[in-house]
Amino acid sequence: MITALLVMIFLAVVLGLVLGYSAIKFKVDGDPMVARIDAILPQTQCGQCGYPGCKPYATAIAKGEADINQCPPGGDAGAKALAELMGMEFKPLNQEHGEQKPRAVALIDESTCIGCTLCIQACPVDAILGAAKQMHTIIASECTGCELCLPPCPVDCITMEPVLENSQSWKWKYPVYNIQNVSKA
Amino acid sequence: MELKNIFKFNGGVHPNENKSLSSSLPIARLPIPKTLVLPLRQHVGHVAKLKVKVGDQVLKGQIIAEADGNISAAIHAPTSGTILKISEEIIPHPSGLPDFCVTIESDLKDKWIEKKPIAWKKLDSAALIEAISSSGIVGLGGAVFPSHMKLKVNQNQSIETLVINAAECEPFITCDDMFMRETADEIIQGTLIAQTILQAKQCVIGIEDNKIEAYQALKKAAQKTSIEIKIVPTLYPSGDAKRLIYLLMGIEVPKEKRSVDLGIQVFNVATVAAIYRYLELGEPSISRIVTITGNVQNPQNYEALFGTPLSELIEAAGGKLNKTQKFIMGGPMMGFDLPSINVPVTKAMNCVIESSPELFPSPKPVMPCIRCARCADACPVNLQPQELYWFSKSSQLEKAKDYNLFDCIECGCCTYVCPSNIPLVQFYRYAKSEIIAQDKAKEAANTARERNESRLARIEREKKERAEKHAQKALGAQEKNSDDEKKLTIAAAMERVKQTQQENIKN
Repeated sequence: MITALLVMIFLAVVLGLVLGYSAIKFKVDGDPMVARIDAILPQTQCGQCGYPGCKPYATAIAKGEADINQCPPGGDAGAKALAELMGMEFKPLNQEHGEQKPRAVALIDESTCIGCTLCIQACPVDAILGAAKQMHTIIASECTGCELCLPPCPVDCITMEPVLENSQSWKWKYPVYNIQNVSKA
Repeated sequence: MELKNIFKFNGGVHPNENKSLSSSLPIARLPIPKTLVLPLRQHVGHVAKLKVKVGDQVLKGQIIAEADGNISAAIHAPTSGTILKISEEIIPHPSGLPDFCVTIESDLKDKWIEKKPIAWKKLDSAALIEAISSSGIVGLGGAVFPSHMKLKVNQNQSIETLVINAAECEPFITCDDMFMRETADEIIQGTLIAQTILQAKQCVIGIEDNKIEAYQALKKAAQKTSIEIKIVPTLYPSGDAKRLIYLLMGIEVPKEKRSVDLGIQVFNVATVAAIYRYLELGEPSISRIVTITGNVQNPQNYEALFGTPLSELIEAAGGKLNKTQKFIMGGPMMGFDLPSINVPVTKAMNCVIESSPELFPSPKPVMPCIRCARCADACPVNLQPQELYWFSKSSQLEKAKDYNLFDCIECGCCTYVCPSNIPLVQFYRYAKSEIIAQDKAKEAANTARERNESRLARIEREKKERAEKHAQKALGAQEKNSDDEKKLTIAAAMERVKQTQQENIKN
């Protein structure tokens, strides 16, 4: 009886030490779930979800504060991927947050721009180049199409240009063909 | 002819060759076209950097766009004339979308720029590769990979064997066949140059057994050299570089490795001849042999300048016949339908087939997959096409990738043998381009995330710096006060010293 107790106490102490040590040694900084959710989000940083960026939205989802269908750039496909990750039921995109639009990049009409730097301050990915009283321009390859630069512009010189398909970005389409009607044959 | 020391690969098919259609007449030349359209992207890699502007006069062989970086190729004026415009034009691409092109209006004089042959025997490999990088030569077998990159050998690798691909396994195409019959000497000379640059110990030419005349021409030209010419059985796709290496040497190039990692480099016959012409004669890559065949009056091979409108080639071959429905670029197995015949001849255009219902009956209705695995038997890369089809069809892209989708060479053997007439390769192409697009989007998202994070970090840092500045200013003001006190004490002390001095003088 005492031996059994001793064995159990010994085991409890040893395992407790191992667990305690590994809790310190293998401590994960931050919530790994947030990073995994953030990896699915399209990183447009547009804030249409109601949070100031993709990471805050990911944090909110991880905490259970936000729904998975609030990201218009991610669309239904994004919501599906999030549902799969979170083990939740799929929900179609919540239209209150906006519609999914084809990808576009901002374009500054440089002859109208007055160089006020308001758009530069609004851009979440530093994709606008310029300085005070100098004409601004968009670095198209870095623009995520978040449209955050549109409202602050005092002269409305920014437009969204859809990204057109070219021979490099062109994709082979899903094959479509006729199937034989077996009952007739 | 006997087949010895040949290692047969698995699978493969033997469709009707239809090569004799276009191989009865010698290679013809066309009159110089009035306008030539040169796409700036005719090769794998970076688009070429434009060196001319509208209105410039150019001579034949003059560079109009230079290679941008290592994996890129220069583009030369195929004839003399004026730059008419630089604009987006339809190019021979399955998308049918336009791309940037330079249009030259020829002056019909065909005046050469001063040709500068290169004394290649006196130069070392590095200097030669540098020279060839502005030759505009790319793989003319259809892969259009810049050739100077393939001649570059890393220091820790050495090339044992140079393989020259003369297989030309796809039906209908005879451009390499006719080229070998007529210019075997240049090919052998080019092969020797490539062998010297690569310092390859041995060199093998692989040719299919349906090209006896070409074989004999090569054999004659290579009499006094150590080049070995091996005949391989006619079986599609023996012209695929990795299949040809296996056929000739019995070496399987492992997944995710290239043949150079095993000390083997492969060039097409027309590519080595182009290297010879550039070094010995100083002529850059400005033309190629194109097979015009199928439903035309006179199927034939033409030596066409790059940029020649395809419609002129078809006109020269007797024009299109009544039943012609569409035009296929490349062979019937791997080619694609051209969006229009108003496209220019490019470095990749080896063959154009006029398609008629007799030659290519419209596809039979598709039936469900019965999992007979005939496609697996035919697959030369030993994949499981039926599984890949399943995953591609249901867009399970990760799964398709796990089943080595990207090792598929899109040769079309599976589609050819499928008893249910399923267009298998189209599914693989769809899945591949979908995966590539997703990867690109992921990469863009990662960059956006990084840029957003560094912006937030910058804003945070600036805020901190500003706060520190304010704190310092406040501290500075205090210090100023204490400075004044010090000054006062010093002044007081000085005052005292003066007083004592004066008292001393009085005393």
